[in-house]
Amino acid sequence: MTSNPTASHASATLSRRNFLVKTALAGGGLVLSLSLPFGESKSSSAATFEPNAFIRIGPDGEVVLTMPYVEMGQGTYTSIPMLIAEELEVGLDQVRLEHAPPNEKLYANPLLGVQATGNSNAIRGAWKPLREAGATARIMLIEAAARRWGVDAGHCRAEAGEVLHAPSGRRLKYGELAADAATIAPPAKVVLKNADEFKLIGTPVRRLDVSGKVNGSALYGIDVRLPGLKIATLAQSPVFGGRLKKVDDSAAMAIKGVRQIVRLDDAVAVVADHMGAAKKGLAALKIEWEDGPHAGLTTQDIARELEDATLKSGPVAQNIGDAAKALAGASTRVQASYHLPFLAHATMEPMNCTVHFRGHECEIWVGTQAIARVQAMAAKAAGLPPDKVTVHNHLIGGGFGRRLEADGAVRAVEIAKQVDGPVKVVWTREEDIQHDMYRPYWVDRIEAGLDESGRPVAWTNRFAGSSVIARWLPPAFRNGLDPDTTEGAIDLVYSLPNVHVEYVRVEPPGIKTAFWRSVGPSHNVFVTESFIDELAAAARQDAVAYRRALLDHNPRAKAVLDLAAEKAGWGTPLPPGRGRGVALQNVFGSHLAQVAEVEVAKDGSVRVHRVVCAMDCGIVVNPDTVQAQIQSGVMFGVTAALYGEITLKSGRVEQTNFDTYQMLRIDQAPAIEVYLVKSTEPPGGMGEAGTSGIVPAVANAIFAATGRRLRNMPIDPDALKT
Amino acid sequence: MSFTIDVNGIPRSVDVDGDTPLLWVLRDVLGMTGTKFGCGMALCGACTVHLDGAAVRSCITTVDSIGEGKVTTIEAIGGTPAGAKMQKAWLEHEVPQCGYCQSGQIMSASALLADKPHPTDADIDDAMSGNICRCGTYVRIREAIKLAAGSQVKER
Repeated sequence: MTSNPTASHASATLSRRNFLVKTALAGGGLVLSLSLPFGESKSSSAATFEPNAFIRIGPDGEVVLTMPYVEMGQGTYTSIPMLIAEELEVGLDQVRLEHAPPNEKLYANPLLGVQATGNSNAIRGAWKPLREAGATARIMLIEAAARRWGVDAGHCRAEAGEVLHAPSGRRLKYGELAADAATIAPPAKVVLKNADEFKLIGTPVRRLDVSGKVNGSALYGIDVRLPGLKIATLAQSPVFGGRLKKVDDSAAMAIKGVRQIVRLDDAVAVVADHMGAAKKGLAALKIEWEDGPHAGLTTQDIARELEDATLKSGPVAQNIGDAAKALAGASTRVQASYHLPFLAHATMEPMNCTVHFRGHECEIWVGTQAIARVQAMAAKAAGLPPDKVTVHNHLIGGGFGRRLEADGAVRAVEIAKQVDGPVKVVWTREEDIQHDMYRPYWVDRIEAGLDESGRPVAWTNRFAGSSVIARWLPPAFRNGLDPDTTEGAIDLVYSLPNVHVEYVRVEPPGIKTAFWRSVGPSHNVFVTESFIDELAAAARQDAVAYRRALLDHNPRAKAVLDLAAEKAGWGTPLPPGRGRGVALQNVFGSHLAQVAEVEVAKDGSVRVHRVVCAMDCGIVVNPDTVQAQIQSGVMFGVTAALYGEITLKSGRVEQTNFDTYQMLRIDQAPAIEVYLVKSTEPPGGMGEAGTSGIVPAVANAIFAATGRRLRNMPIDPDALKT
Repeated sequence: MSFTIDVNGIPRSVDVDGDTPLLWVLRDVLGMTGTKFGCGMALCGACTVHLDGAAVRSCITTVDSIGEGKVTTIEAIGGTPAGAKMQKAWLEHEVPQCGYCQSGQIMSASALLADKPHPTDADIDDAMSGNICRCGTYVRIREAIKLAAGSQVKER
């Protein structure tokens, strides 16, 4: 892909244009180019106004917005256009969206330094630059109109895709000004609107991506269709690091529709006319594997290694005061050790990637959170320079961090190199779960000292596990530490005088770990919010009051805690077997308090009935999306608390499909209430916060209901039987 | 072997093994990608279609079992009264997030509404618990079904 998005227009072939799918959205003229972002280009000419990499206005008036952050359900393809449109002064019914091509220079996420959508920071990263992009374009369009009319630009204003000269009543549409605006120098400085001037931001705007998602027309990577496309599915070595020894394909090749068997060092793929034949072919293969060095690996081995690691010292992530001394002088000491399991992402859209390898170039169709990473890694696998690898992004059928990885694209390229023509490689659900890159297993050893009043005067935490950042973004891993792994373990929401936190990096043998919704905080908030609850219990104090007393320096945290407690009816009686638990966090730049109400049955089964969330995420861009994301994050976290666990035996992942790796279903889903605190602070992250906090809230509620403290996830009903 | 099946009112001939799941006939042979693959074992409901109006999992429904049955997919469900109401309610409540499971959700919900015009919460649990949504849109799915059941959409 070239660095100039318009340049690729010329290479769009007629056959590719045929696959460009436009979806007219209900109730508006907005069209989302869901398939090939640059497949057609009626607006690409000298008369096109392209003030930056995000906005393109053609002479026909079409406003095309290029989305640097991908849509995976979190509402980015509505909230990002809102930021641009707010300053550009266009209605959302006047814009068309395109997926950004790979280009680290133009589309890097300023908070990550790479082109990726993750860590709940799309809005945080886009908040200033994309409003500025819109304002810059507006100023240039106004200047173009003022020059044409020979009037002072200060007497003109923009509104709904037009520039107006109020004194004379003249107006010109943006399309009519595009050619002129393209010749005007961008302003050196732009002044952004104050919050009280917002027309779009803060309003519950209808999602722009939804209508194609109710009639089957939305296109995900797995929906790609190309002339001559073959479908492949694969089996990878069931033991990580194993090799393909031998495969007998005679029965598979006899199956109708099976075209080819592709052998790789550690995998075998069946290429067929359709997935039904590919799967049948795969089942008919007689495969022998060489299991390799990890053949005997179990989860227990990994847990033991991590436990041992917490007995050794590691790099200091945070030190405040003198925790050792304060601990020695404390009147009560509380110790605990926590374990969190490996977790799979289990996106509803199984991993897939379509590749057409043509020898001298390679074309890829995929839904990815990190398109530039896909391009770079696929190029390496293809043995081509990155500019010979074109990547077309798509809507994403669940990301949760899984699609920040390019392993699927690399695998698809390896297969496609042996296939004549385009091939869509689709993982079965079993392959998807057994060859995921997992949320790390974590072990924490934590201790606190309380004074005579029960207040914590010392806090020490040493935890061990994998650093995803060290592999994914090596420059951000410095001196044995990285900002993701420690988020939520340091800079605690509570004011504590003596804190000492260490992290020991241990990479599990053969197992690749990856970001998983709520990333570092998915681990750290569980531990810190479970442990502060233990301290409240040790001090024989109310869990909310105990936390509240440590928040004098943190009014935003105190406000959400108070609001959640009030709305949840904290302290009011519950029937036997039920309990309420609270969790409080300040991660992803947002403050969130959650109260879970759970019921524990005699057989130990747990039902989460109700979850109350109070959120201060700064300025709210789209309140409806914030609501939806908190609901979503809660369900994701409750799923993990009740069921989430990937285990290894004989080097193999034991879970295979949704029967053994269960998901929360509608009949078990809690009622969720979300309350937003008004704020003038810059926006915080929303997509993951609901997940990290709910797991300890549920565990704390189980403690309230049963007196049993769960320090390992997922919840073990056997441990709760009465 | 060649099979002719009725999909959305149109007879379609396909040349595949008889044990080929309908899901792959729809997606890969006929190019109708609105019906989604999720698990291949009838565990998640992403592939739900209607066979003579009843919700079935197309990933385990073999093409040779369809016979004269009429298959309706998400692409045509808006042509049924229940489906049209459901799509409208889905938009009204902005149910989808990533959206991948929503074809199946709407197909299950439409079959429920066609069968029970005023479903109770228990009816909703029964009809919808076979459909997984990893984004956890369950709160809105329930609201949307209730809206559709109470809505005054004119029957076609």
